[in-house]
Amino acid sequence: MIYFNNVSKIYKDATALEDVTFTVESGEFVSIVGHSGAGKTTLTKLILSEELPSDGTVFFESVNVHKLRPEELTRLRRRIGMVFQDFKLLPHKTAYENIAFAMEAVGKSDEEIASDVPHVLELVDLSHRHSHFPQELSGGEQQRLAIARAIINQPELIIADEPTGNLDPVNTYEIVQILKRINDLGTTVILTTHNRGVIESVGKRVITMEKGKIVRDTKHHGKEV
Amino acid sequence: MAMTAFKRIIKAGFLNFRRNGSISWAAVLQVVNTLAIITIIILLQAVLQSALNQIKDKVDVRIYFTPDAPEENIMLLKSSLEQLPEVAGVIYTNAEEALRAFRERHSGDYPTIQALDELSLNPIYANLSVRANEVEQYENVANFMKSDGPRVLGSPSYIDKVNYYQNKLIIDRLNAIISGAQKFGFLLTLYFVISSVIVTFNMIRLTIFISKEEIGVMRLVGASKMHVRGPFMIEGAIYGVIATLITLFLFLPATVWLGSNMTGFLGINMYDYYVANILQISAILMLSGVVLGIISSFLAVRKYLNK
Repeated sequence: MIYFNNVSKIYKDATALEDVTFTVESGEFVSIVGHSGAGKTTLTKLILSEELPSDGTVFFESVNVHKLRPEELTRLRRRIGMVFQDFKLLPHKTAYENIAFAMEAVGKSDEEIASDVPHVLELVDLSHRHSHFPQELSGGEQQRLAIARAIINQPELIIADEPTGNLDPVNTYEIVQILKRINDLGTTVILTTHNRGVIESVGKRVITMEKGKIVRDTKHHGKEV
Repeated sequence: MAMTAFKRIIKAGFLNFRRNGSISWAAVLQVVNTLAIITIIILLQAVLQSALNQIKDKVDVRIYFTPDAPEENIMLLKSSLEQLPEVAGVIYTNAEEALRAFRERHSGDYPTIQALDELSLNPIYANLSVRANEVEQYENVANFMKSDGPRVLGSPSYIDKVNYYQNKLIIDRLNAIISGAQKFGFLLTLYFVISSVIVTFNMIRLTIFISKEEIGVMRLVGASKMHVRGPFMIEGAIYGVIATLITLFLFLPATVWLGSNMTGFLGINMYDYYVANILQISAILMLSGVVLGIISSFLAVRKYLNK
C-alpha cells in the first residue's frame, strides 16, 4: 500500500531522512519507533505530501504522492485518517462539528452526517461531550475525538503521529486499544511513537529509526522483516 | 450538492463570526474606519461642489446694448444664444429694469443716486446676462458674440460692450481654482482610501493569521480550497455589511448636528444632503465594505491554503 523508495529529506542544515526504503502492506499495523528527531514525523508528512522529498519516491498504491495536482492530493488525503500528538482539532468547532467537518469535506449529505457522527462519538465514548469545544475536553478526550474524526470517513489508512505523546498511561492504553480495534476491522495503521511501552502493548511490526535511517524492521518478538 | 456546500459555507461563516467574538468586532471597527473615511469624502465632495456651484453662479457674461438696439433684435439674439449647447440660461433685462435694479443696489449711495436724478436720459443700457453650463465655456459664448452676434442683431453698432473680456482674468483664475480643487480632492480621496484599505486588509489578514493552523488542519482532513476559504470570505462580507450599518447609523447624528450648526459655513445642509442621498451612499458603502471584506479574506487565506 505504501512504498518508500530510497527517500531522503534534507533541510537546510540537517538530514531528517536518509535513504529510507520500506513497504507497508494493506491491513498491516506498523509502529515506527525512535527518539525525537529520528525522522518519524517527516516520514508521515511525506506520505501526506506535506513535505517534498529531497530524493527518492513515495507511492500510495500505484500513485507517486508528490506528483499529484492539488485537487488529486485533496482526494488522496480523504483516503487517509490523521491523528496527531497535539490533536490538531478545530478550536472553534464543537466535538460534533469537528467530526461533521471531515464528513462535509468529502461531500457527505446532512442525513449521513446526522446518523454517523453520534455513532462514532459513541464508539470513542464521547457522546456526552458532543457540544463541547476542544479546550473543554481533557487530553485523552481530545485524542479520542481526533481518532473519531480520523475514522469517520472509513479511510484505508490511519496515520497516528505520536498520538499518546501528551497522554497519561491510562489514556495511552485506551488510545492504543482503539487503534488496534480499527486495525482489526481491516484499516491499515501506521503509528509513530518514542514510547517502547506502546510498542509492547501493540505487539505488531516495528520499524526502528535513528538519525533519519531505518536501523531495524521486525515483526514482534524480534523477527526481521 | 453545490447548494448544500454553499449553505454550509454560509452557515460556517456566520458561526465563525459569532465565535471569533472580539476579533470579529475589531475587524468590523476597522472596516467602519474605512467606510467613515469614504463617507466623509462623499460629504466633503458635496460641500466642495456646492461651493463651486455658488461661485459659478456668480459668474456670467453680460452683453450691453446701445439704446437704439431694437428689442426684437435683442430677443432674436437671446433665442440664438439659448440654442447654444454651452448655454444654461439667458436673462434679458431692459433699460428700465436695469435702472431700477441699479437704484436698488445703490439705494444707500446718495451721491450716485443724486447724479442719476440729474441726468435726463437713462444711462443704464439693456443687457443680456448669459450663464454657461461650465466656467470654461464662457469663452465659446464670447466667441459666438464676436462672430455671429452682430449678424443676428442686424448691426455691430448695437453692442455697447461684452464684459467677458473684462472678466476674463477672473474667469480664468476661477477655472484654475476649480480644476485644482477637483484634482487635489481626487488625490486626497485616493490617498485616504488606499491607506485605509491597506490597513483594513492587514487587519483582516491578522484575524486570519490566528486561524492559520486551523486552515492547515482543514486541508489535512481533505477539505477543498473553497470549503476552507468560503467561510472566511462570508465572514469578510459580514464585516462589510455590519460596518456599513454602523457607519450609516453613526453619520445620522453627525449630519443632524452639522445640519443645524454648520449649514451657513458649509453652504449646504448636511443632514438634508445625507438623507436625500442615503440610498446612493448606502450602496457605495455596502459595495466598498463587502468587496473589501471578501477580497481581503480571499487573499489572506490564499497564503495559508497553498501550504
